[in-house]
Amino acid sequence: MSTPSGLPTPRVISAAPSPPYRGNALGVHAILVGYALVAILPVLLIVMNSFKTRAAIFTHPYLPPLSGLFSLIGYQTMFERAHFARYFANSAIVAGAAMTVILLLGAMAGFALAEYRFRGNAWVGLYLALGIMIPIRLGTVSILRIMSDLRLVNTLFALILVYAAQGLPLAVFILQQFMRQVPRDLKDAARIDGMSEYRVFWLVLPLVRPAVATVAVFTMIPIWNDLWFPLILAPGEATKTVTLGAQQFIGQFLSDWNAILASLTLAMVPVLAAYMLFSRSLIRGLTTGAFK
Amino acid sequence: MAKVRLSCLLATLFFLLAGYTVPVPQLAAQGQVSLTIESWRNDDLPVWQDTILPAFTKHYQNIKAVFGPTAPTEYNAALNAKLSGTAAGDLITCRPFDLSLGLFKQGFLAPLNDLPGMSNFGPVAKSAWITDDGRTVFCVPMASVIHGFIYNADIFKQLGLTPPKTEAEFFQVLDKIKQDGRYVPLAMGTADQWEAATMGFQNIGPNYWKGEQGRQALIAGKAKLTDPDYVAVWRTLAKWRPYLASGFEAQKYPDSQNLFTLGKAAIYPAGSWEVALFNRQAQFKMGAFPPPLPAGATQCYISDHTDIAMGMNAKTRHPEEAKKFLAWMTTSEFASLYSNALPGFFSLSNQKVTLKDPLAQTFLDWRSTCKSTIRNSYQILSRGEPNLENELWRVSAGVISGKLSPEEAAVQVQNGLVKWYKPQQTK
Amino acid sequence: MRRLRQFPFHIIVFILPAATIYTAFMIYPLFDSLRLSLHGAQEGGGEVFVGLQNYGRLVADSLYAPRFWGALRHNVLFFVIHMLVQNPVGLLLAALLSARHLPGLAVYRTLLFAPTVLSFVIVGFIWQLMLSPLWGIAGGLLRAAGLAAYFRPWLGLEGSALVTLSLISVWQFVGIPLMLFHAALIGIPDDLLEAARVDGASGWRVFWRIEFPLILPVVGLVAILTYVGNFNAFDLIYTTQGALAGPNFSTDILGTFFYRTFFGFQLQLGNPVMGATVAGVMFLLILAGVLPYLFIWQRRIEVHEL
Repeated sequence: MSTPSGLPTPRVISAAPSPPYRGNALGVHAILVGYALVAILPVLLIVMNSFKTRAAIFTHPYLPPLSGLFSLIGYQTMFERAHFARYFANSAIVAGAAMTVILLLGAMAGFALAEYRFRGNAWVGLYLALGIMIPIRLGTVSILRIMSDLRLVNTLFALILVYAAQGLPLAVFILQQFMRQVPRDLKDAARIDGMSEYRVFWLVLPLVRPAVATVAVFTMIPIWNDLWFPLILAPGEATKTVTLGAQQFIGQFLSDWNAILASLTLAMVPVLAAYMLFSRSLIRGLTTGAFK
Repeated sequence: MAKVRLSCLLATLFFLLAGYTVPVPQLAAQGQVSLTIESWRNDDLPVWQDTILPAFTKHYQNIKAVFGPTAPTEYNAALNAKLSGTAAGDLITCRPFDLSLGLFKQGFLAPLNDLPGMSNFGPVAKSAWITDDGRTVFCVPMASVIHGFIYNADIFKQLGLTPPKTEAEFFQVLDKIKQDGRYVPLAMGTADQWEAATMGFQNIGPNYWKGEQGRQALIAGKAKLTDPDYVAVWRTLAKWRPYLASGFEAQKYPDSQNLFTLGKAAIYPAGSWEVALFNRQAQFKMGAFPPPLPAGATQCYISDHTDIAMGMNAKTRHPEEAKKFLAWMTTSEFASLYSNALPGFFSLSNQKVTLKDPLAQTFLDWRSTCKSTIRNSYQILSRGEPNLENELWRVSAGVISGKLSPEEAAVQVQNGLVKWYKPQQTK
Repeated sequence: MRRLRQFPFHIIVFILPAATIYTAFMIYPLFDSLRLSLHGAQEGGGEVFVGLQNYGRLVADSLYAPRFWGALRHNVLFFVIHMLVQNPVGLLLAALLSARHLPGLAVYRTLLFAPTVLSFVIVGFIWQLMLSPLWGIAGGLLRAAGLAAYFRPWLGLEGSALVTLSLISVWQFVGIPLMLFHAALIGIPDDLLEAARVDGASGWRVFWRIEFPLILPVVGLVAILTYVGNFNAFDLIYTTQGALAGPNFSTDILGTFFYRTFFGFQLQLGNPVMGATVAGVMFLLILAGVLPYLFIWQRRIEVHEL
């Protein structure tokens, strides 16, 4: 159903509050709060325990870090034994650059696959989806050889390229799906107005902002938390990522749990912040998206 | 459009930053060479950074060695990938026996026969890092670890116990601790599986299969894992179950360590590597006793396992400097430094080392009264599939948790061995 | 979709960059290793083409078959649990969140999604701690509820370890279907829903009669993503149970079986050929799920133009 002008009516977040309309408000919030607790309590436990002494983690794991149990030893070790500030920067650069490539190129490919009917469309779509079907570690030696030949070992570029290649299949897969749902009238109107296909693409892109935000989050998390490729491709001190840096506290027989919890707690923060940013754009996109 | 421009700017910024961190090869002081050491010993990072490497730098100011460990679970896989992809470090910490032999055969490790100082190591020490024909050594032996039992001396005093010498005494001690009810008698779990094999089977086993005698017989095909001696080991292990903590099936290795160091358990089946850690974390006095003798036995045997060595990447760009480092590792200075900085890892050098740590010394003293042997699954017997060591893990954990009977365990590992190991395939 | 008259350069421009990076750094390395599965080691070094022999060994040889079929069975159970728990919960939460002007939306969204941003190391650590028989809260809670007899060291028992780990994985990844369904639901224009409500339909009827059919494409997408993700899963089990996927291989899924075979474990040397074979089978299995999705579901589900 669309308005006469051919444009869909965007959802309007009305200024006057109206009640949530599924069941009653109490029930809705009860379920949401209930599951939110299930989701968040273990996370809180981790954060709390990162501020405790080792003994306290195992003797009183559920108490908050009050006086006797409080200790910053984990965070101290983190910053003394390793250059975590640099690791954070590295992780941010790799994730940011890879995501930019993935989102831009993935949106382009997804747009083309959703929009144009050409012979082999389905096969190209299948080809671009093959990547998610095979355990990625299988290609380790080949990837390492390629990077070695390109002299990219121990650079962030190697990681960016590999993560971009890995994130593209999923991005194309998902964005293609959401792009199919953009109304044809809008695009045809633009073409009649004389816009090139590239302008049409830029027109369509904001309309699938929720999907783009979703894909951004989906690709960012495995990149941020990945251990294997930083280990193989860029283990040098200058290029270590946060996750790799946290691994050094896992020993053969002794793990410095304070430092591990501290480093992985801190590692959580940027990703969560990025998620909050992206999910806000999800909502905002819908209020402004349809109109130029 | 503003958004698009902004995104493009951001993207360019990211790429610029990425380029900035590409390390420019340093044209540092002439002759300054950097060596990277691959290792799985994340635990030792502080020791290397603070103690060992500074001592080396005093001798060779122009060589900067960097200790770059990998998480232990990833080490083998990551190292293999890096060696295949020609991107590995200069010095490689060697696992004992077939893993390193495999690396040498693939041409990844350099032969070290002419390394000055190799004569400081005896045949037993080199046995884990030498070709089958005994001719080519490819790693410098660093340390061995000894197995036994560490106990909480305060708890023993409190309950009036003395370290047991025989198995009968051992179970009496366990019974007393269990009756008292305040402490867990034995700190061990089966969630990680390897403790059951390494601190269980390989710990008390040598007393049953008479150390090297039994191990060589297995290799020659003269003894089988289904022989009474081996089944008896599993039978004894099965008797440990009532003395383990409740829910031990989900108790992991760090849990066992914490259980002991927090003073909640009395006895810890141990490898000597625990000494350094326990010294730091336990707030009570500790002692150690060797594996108790089974009924009727008089000669004791200990597992004195050649565990860790250092080799050279055959494709390193700095072979001269790497060899200098390895040569330094054969000196008594290194032996003394290492054994004292990491008590519980005993240098394999012929040279005498005085240990400052009393608990480590206790373990070392057993060498004079008991006969040493290495873990029986490591040499040759784990070359095929199914892998004997992994199978021993699985069945030992199963026996202790009561899922497998000792006889079944023996049959399973023997059948696995027979599948590929020719000397065991006769009859 | 438009019919094209002149040569569609723009299609190439749109697709080529993605395809280039993807081919160079993903497809080529993967298939370069995958082709190992069609070869065997030759006497005196070198490879010889052996066709599907390795695949035959994988499913029939007494050395590999038990592990392979076990891993497959476990993986199917892993997937079923995700489909039955993770996706319905995600849908329910998304439905509740998509209500018009829900107070606290941003807060809920962040809290509900928080587990998904965590690294596997943390997830493994915290759940092992909570379920630990020594220091765990699970035992304490059950005891407080008078159900002490029901406590078991679930992660250490053959019968319960896999289910427990599957549920932990569900806990971690509910955020994914949640986000996808949420994105889809808030894309439905208001006038559609207003009309139904004006007609007197209650909230849930509106959901099932109008919204759910409109997001069917995303339901399919979530299902196929779950399928692909689960049959490729590896990290959680590897982090908590190790490559041996104990106790007694009861938590072994295809991902851990692949890793152990390809890279070896402890004293066991890696076997790249058989490892590539396992990867090949995983590929075929996942392909068998994706093909129907791409060629049947996507075509048949009529996309409602909104």
